[in-house]
Amino acid sequence: MELIRLTPLDLALAALLVLALALLSLKLSLGIGQRLLIAALRTVVQLSLLGLVLKFLFVQSHPMLIAALALFMLVVAGYEVMARQQRRFIGAWGMGVGTLSMFISSFTVTLIALTVIVQAEPWYSVQYTIPLLGMLLGNTMSGIAIALDNLTQSAWQQQREIEGRLMLGHTWEEAIRVIRRNALRSGLIPIINAMAAAGVVSLPGMMTGQILAGSPPFEAAKYQILIMLLIAAGTGFGASAAVWIGSRRLFDERERLRLDRLSPAKPE
Amino acid sequence: MAELILKQFATPLLDPFNLELAPGECMTISGPSGSGKSRLLRAIADLDPHDGEAWCGDTAQHGITGPAWRSRVGLLPAESAWWSDRVSDHFPKLDGEILERLDLPAETGDWQVNRFSSGERQRLALLRLLSNQPDVLLLDEPTANLDKANIDRAETIIAQWRKAHQTAVLWVTHDPEQQHRVGTSSLVIENRQLVKSWS
Repeated sequence: MELIRLTPLDLALAALLVLALALLSLKLSLGIGQRLLIAALRTVVQLSLLGLVLKFLFVQSHPMLIAALALFMLVVAGYEVMARQQRRFIGAWGMGVGTLSMFISSFTVTLIALTVIVQAEPWYSVQYTIPLLGMLLGNTMSGIAIALDNLTQSAWQQQREIEGRLMLGHTWEEAIRVIRRNALRSGLIPIINAMAAAGVVSLPGMMTGQILAGSPPFEAAKYQILIMLLIAAGTGFGASAAVWIGSRRLFDERERLRLDRLSPAKPE
Repeated sequence: MAELILKQFATPLLDPFNLELAPGECMTISGPSGSGKSRLLRAIADLDPHDGEAWCGDTAQHGITGPAWRSRVGLLPAESAWWSDRVSDHFPKLDGEILERLDLPAETGDWQVNRFSSGERQRLALLRLLSNQPDVLLLDEPTANLDKANIDRAETIIAQWRKAHQTAVLWVTHDPEQQHRVGTSSLVIENRQLVKSWS
């Protein structure tokens, strides 16, 4: 099976559909047309660039270059997590909480997958490293962003309940326990739903891609299963780390609730 | 039983001051709204960052953890917080004796919090706090949202407890009559200073 190569015209036709959607948005004054177009433009530019970079790395696969790209992806993901927060932590913590959690989870899980499971030669080979890391970062990013947002928003809304418990001599962990649990659940629900629907309702992107590229469907399915499981683990551990670090940061060394460490809510 | 001692204590709205409150004493604090009464109590309970040191008897605030301090120096806000549906979830042990003191039947422990009147809720919150056996009670307008009958009941419970356990009480209230009813001495906040009103 030979991959059918897409021409610029093919992509332009797909772009026309998005343009039509933007026009509809303008007509119905949904006010989302501009954001839609910018996001679409970002997709085109970013993925083209990534394609070029990977093309270069396939030839010139120095481990430092791969590490640099991985780090760049991590920083961008960390920024995305911060940008999705209604109330972010002030200072370096704003980006730090999400970036650190993603580093702990995505990098560790990718490393395990590369060295223990896939065992490519060499283990850091670009063909496996970047797609695996990309899938993991993209998904843990959403989970961590949702969980952190849920944590800080709930803490803000339930200030009276949290401080009510502190006033009675409860520890910070007792006072935040329920909020923390709910935040973690909210971060995990998307991947749980995705796993439950995989193959029945939705055909996941990676498997689709491999089938389109001519891989045997069963091999593609095995890769997709691997990725799904890794994503679930990465999201779970990443969201746990983020919620733990975030909830700890909401209290100081005297176990006072410190909502002044959060920025004011972003206007909608 | 223990006294409350504040040394060079300061909040963002109050200049440094010293204060001693003996066991069994009830000192009221009044002052215009926005003068920092609530924030003073929050600082003493170590819920807000502040300057200076506080002692409960021989125990320095910084000598024990925040939660340990707050279970000895208990703060009761004007509006109580309930984080769980059932009333009994908020007590380490909610026995019939506690409910009896509120003239409530024993089975009400399983009730939802919002089935109680605001007066009953406030008295439950008071007993919830007292079940920690605090040495110092910080009361932030505890009867502000109550009617006359419920104010009387709350004042009676607090006075009985204070005398029986020699608890030191710091009571923020606007009401001059209440100050004289419940207080053994009185302070007023004027221009960032705590000033003795009467004793």
